[in-house]
Amino acid sequence: MSAMPDESQTSIPGLEMETNGHYAIAMRDLHVYYGDFLAIKNINLKVARQKITAIIGPSGCGKSTLLRAVNRMNEQIGDARTEGAVFFGGHNIYEPQVDPVEVRRRIGMVFQKPNPFPKTIYENVAWGARVNGYRDDMDALVEDSLRRAALWDEVADKLDQSGLSLSGGQQQRLCIARAIAVRPDVILMDEPCSALDPIATLRIEDLMHDLSDQYTIVIVTHNMQQAARVSDFTAMMMLDEADRAGMMIEYDKTDTIFTRPSDQRTEDYVTGRFG
Amino acid sequence: MATNRAKAFQSDDHPWVRPMDLRRRRRPAESLIQGFLLVCGALSILTTIGIVVVLGKESLDFFARRAWENTNKSVTRSVSEFDGVLQISDTGQAIEVGSALRLGDEIMLVTAMDGTQVQVERGLEGTAVTIHRQGTGIFRGQWVSLVEFFISTKWNPQIGQFGILPLVNATLMTTTLAILVALPLGLSVAIYLSEYASLRLRSLIKPTLEVLAGVPTVVYGYFALTFMTPLLRQILGRDVVQIYNTASAGIVIGILILPLVSSMSEDALSAVPGSLRQAAYALGATRLETAVRVVVPAAFSGITAAFIVAISRAIGETMIVAIAAGAGPAFTFNPFQAAETMTGHIVRISGGDLSYDSIDYNSIFAIGLVLFAMTLSLNIISQRIVRRFREVYE
Amino acid sequence: MSPAVTSPQPDQEFNVRLEQRRRGGALWRTAFQLSTIVGIIALTALLYNVMDSAFGYVAVENSVDPASLAIGGVPLEEQSKDQLVRVLQANVSAGLFRRFEDDQPFAERGRDSVLALILERVVEPQVVETWSLTDSLLRRSEVLAEAASSYPNAIVRFEAWIDPDFVSTPQSGDPQRAGVRTAILGSLWVIAITIGFSFPIGVGAAIYLEEYAADTALNRLIRTNINNLAGVPSIIYGILGLAILVRALEPLTSGTLFGLTDPTSANGRTILSAGMTLGLLILPLIIINAQEAIRAVPGSLRQAGLALGATRWQTIWAHVLPNALPGILTGTILAVSRAIGETAPLVVVGASTFITVDPDSPFAKFTTLPIQIFQWTSRPQDVFRNLAAAAILVLLALLLAMNASAVLLRNRYSRRLSG
Repeated sequence: MSAMPDESQTSIPGLEMETNGHYAIAMRDLHVYYGDFLAIKNINLKVARQKITAIIGPSGCGKSTLLRAVNRMNEQIGDARTEGAVFFGGHNIYEPQVDPVEVRRRIGMVFQKPNPFPKTIYENVAWGARVNGYRDDMDALVEDSLRRAALWDEVADKLDQSGLSLSGGQQQRLCIARAIAVRPDVILMDEPCSALDPIATLRIEDLMHDLSDQYTIVIVTHNMQQAARVSDFTAMMMLDEADRAGMMIEYDKTDTIFTRPSDQRTEDYVTGRFG
Repeated sequence: MATNRAKAFQSDDHPWVRPMDLRRRRRPAESLIQGFLLVCGALSILTTIGIVVVLGKESLDFFARRAWENTNKSVTRSVSEFDGVLQISDTGQAIEVGSALRLGDEIMLVTAMDGTQVQVERGLEGTAVTIHRQGTGIFRGQWVSLVEFFISTKWNPQIGQFGILPLVNATLMTTTLAILVALPLGLSVAIYLSEYASLRLRSLIKPTLEVLAGVPTVVYGYFALTFMTPLLRQILGRDVVQIYNTASAGIVIGILILPLVSSMSEDALSAVPGSLRQAAYALGATRLETAVRVVVPAAFSGITAAFIVAISRAIGETMIVAIAAGAGPAFTFNPFQAAETMTGHIVRISGGDLSYDSIDYNSIFAIGLVLFAMTLSLNIISQRIVRRFREVYE
Repeated sequence: MSPAVTSPQPDQEFNVRLEQRRRGGALWRTAFQLSTIVGIIALTALLYNVMDSAFGYVAVENSVDPASLAIGGVPLEEQSKDQLVRVLQANVSAGLFRRFEDDQPFAERGRDSVLALILERVVEPQVVETWSLTDSLLRRSEVLAEAASSYPNAIVRFEAWIDPDFVSTPQSGDPQRAGVRTAILGSLWVIAITIGFSFPIGVGAAIYLEEYAADTALNRLIRTNINNLAGVPSIIYGILGLAILVRALEPLTSGTLFGLTDPTSANGRTILSAGMTLGLLILPLIIINAQEAIRAVPGSLRQAGLALGATRWQTIWAHVLPNALPGILTGTILAVSRAIGETAPLVVVGASTFITVDPDSPFAKFTTLPIQIFQWTSRPQDVFRNLAAAAILVLLALLLAMNASAVLLRNRYSRRLSG
């Protein structure tokens, strides 16, 4: 069990070395702009390896923006600009020498609304691996990925049916399976259960526990109970009143955040006084 | 078997998985493909540049080139290479001092005249000074001036007259007739489809109109010549309506652009939010009043844009006028007479024997330039109108 | 006229005005309905007019009565080949006979070929009068009487100007024998080049504009430019094609650059020039339509693809294009059906006025179906109207087939995406 991350360990030289050890991802003074608008600022978050880290906060405070900054998906939006650094695998992934395509392979993402490709279940899982250069036994890879996503038993006999023919919860697990198929180190999940019913939600939460043995998981959720159930560490974000930019106000073990938070605003939020 | 295979994957030491290398990959295929796609996108600019350059250059040549007109005079004495004075016949057209003459391939300039004796400068504009036999015909050359081009009402290339007004006038006549047919009818159809017709009726009428729009213009031309003209002649009398006339061409062009007007207007009317209609009904307005006083004004920009696009289309229409309106420029305001439009003229000239680098060839481009300018300005105006007025009711 | 009313005057006024308004509304509603009918009437009139000329009675006069060519009581149709050859030789000049022999020796010719020669050169049927379909059906006896009185020597028969022969026979100066095969083949060759040229470039440009182009001034200019090009009259494209493809690029378009054609007779007025001119014409349409189809693909698919570590092109190729393809294809078919019907640009580019040889390469001279219709319509003799009408029916049938396939395609694939 790794040591509790300490806020005082931010902005120190030699931070690059840290990420190969306990931390999968470390952010330093991360700011994200959309044009002239500052969306999030001063993010210094270190995500523990092979643990589940939850990011919570009221809606609109920049949680998704933060998540998308980790795998450089923000760049898909026209005038998004990033300042600061995100360290992963020994590099600041925003350096010019870093390949964003490879970053996105290593840091996978599962979206809020399940979006399987309109192809067969087999093809959904296989495609990502294929375009990333996988040439070996694809059947084995597909089966393995579907097993890890706890979906194999339900679809083993209908791999050639369309991915869209599955239920919502199954589709989301299919999306997890295809993300796993390219062998990432980190899986980012952007409110993965908000479009699903409670039973499907619980199944995915169970899955997350299993997955965290092997993968680092970062989950954004507006559902505090889910964060409390699922995560090991929790980061609390809020909008700064003055400039309407999102920032991190507290980051600690989940137990601590929900029972004895240090910041008053965190306590107000988790006890439901606002938000 | 399956579990064995799956087990082999439990260890993530598969060579495909490690090691992690985040360095920027060179992907030549990506760059190549992106480059090719960019070229495709830029080709459209090339097309526009091509149109402008081609029309512009040849039009400049048109105005820079002389039109040679046969004066019906000839030299009554053979001309050697050293002669500075020509002896010419006294029949034929008058020659003035300062005009350019052409004998054979040689171009000369008239510097002085005395009866039938003409003093000339020889071998101008790069032409060689040669011997001319007695009886060689004399051609007089003149440029087409810009003013003459736009103001003159005579287009007779053989005698060097290049006034575009007859062609423009015929174009405007057919266009006006087409508009008189298509705009009221098209708007009415659009109002009916958008405000009155049931969904079932719409699904019957719309495809019919689409079929109308899909008929090739040469078929419309045939229709104008073999149906509309005889019909007009029957109604108004054979001595009133000629076989080739701009009226039947204009009416048929109107039928051609009717679907265009109706579908664009209908789009504009449908885009008006239903809440506006509801508000009107709630105030006790009838369906007609709502349609005419509330919806149509709200869709004003879209409808105007539709009108302008239709006008532009009517101006550019070629085959209907080429078949039914007449061959031969004529400046007349009588729609029941034959008159050739700009487009009809271009088709007729280029369909015949055409030598490159003649003034006839260049005249195609000059007319084409005027046509292009007219339609382009109309299209730009319609785009501007849509852009400016669209924000009004949102 | 309600009872118990405190102020009857205003109400009455209102009711009367309401009646007027209602009546006015009904009037205008009828006017609108009538306008709609006008379009339908016009279409019906057009089709009726064309059909009317495509069938009907014809009066045909022969220069030489075939009955007079019978040998020993055996009529022309039943004579053997040798007999026919002798009949031919007896009735044409020696020079002409020699020419037939040079074209193809009589020993090699079939009997039908010799019979056809006799009919064409000796009997020489001429169409002297045609009647419309309605006349032929409704006023049959009057038509026959008129034919008998005005053209006593003529054979009167019912002719369907459009029949399978019409489609398979090449062009000919004789209206009796003329067919649209040359024109159809010309159209097909030209359209093949048009599609080959404009489809890849158009779709490529659309992909670039929708997927790669940032919102820079240059790209906005490209977009506006394409919209303007879509509104340029088609004849301007013909002028452009004439100046650049036919003239400036003559070595390329005439085939002399590749050494494939004879430089003395080749010029730039070839199928290649025609195809590329039409390609430029429909390029903006294809681009605009493909853009819309690509835009309709949900962004979530792109995001999913990119999040898996795929490059942009890999995502486009595997997910965006397959889902946009039905829309792209439908739009392309519609653009192509517009190109098939285009006449003016090809006249300017230089369609041949009279060719009878089937095109065999992109560097061949060309004529197309609409141009054939144009030429026949422009001829003064009445009989050419019938030919034009028949050709129009062929063209309309071709267009109907194309549009129907576009609709079928649209319907079939719209089910696929949603399921």
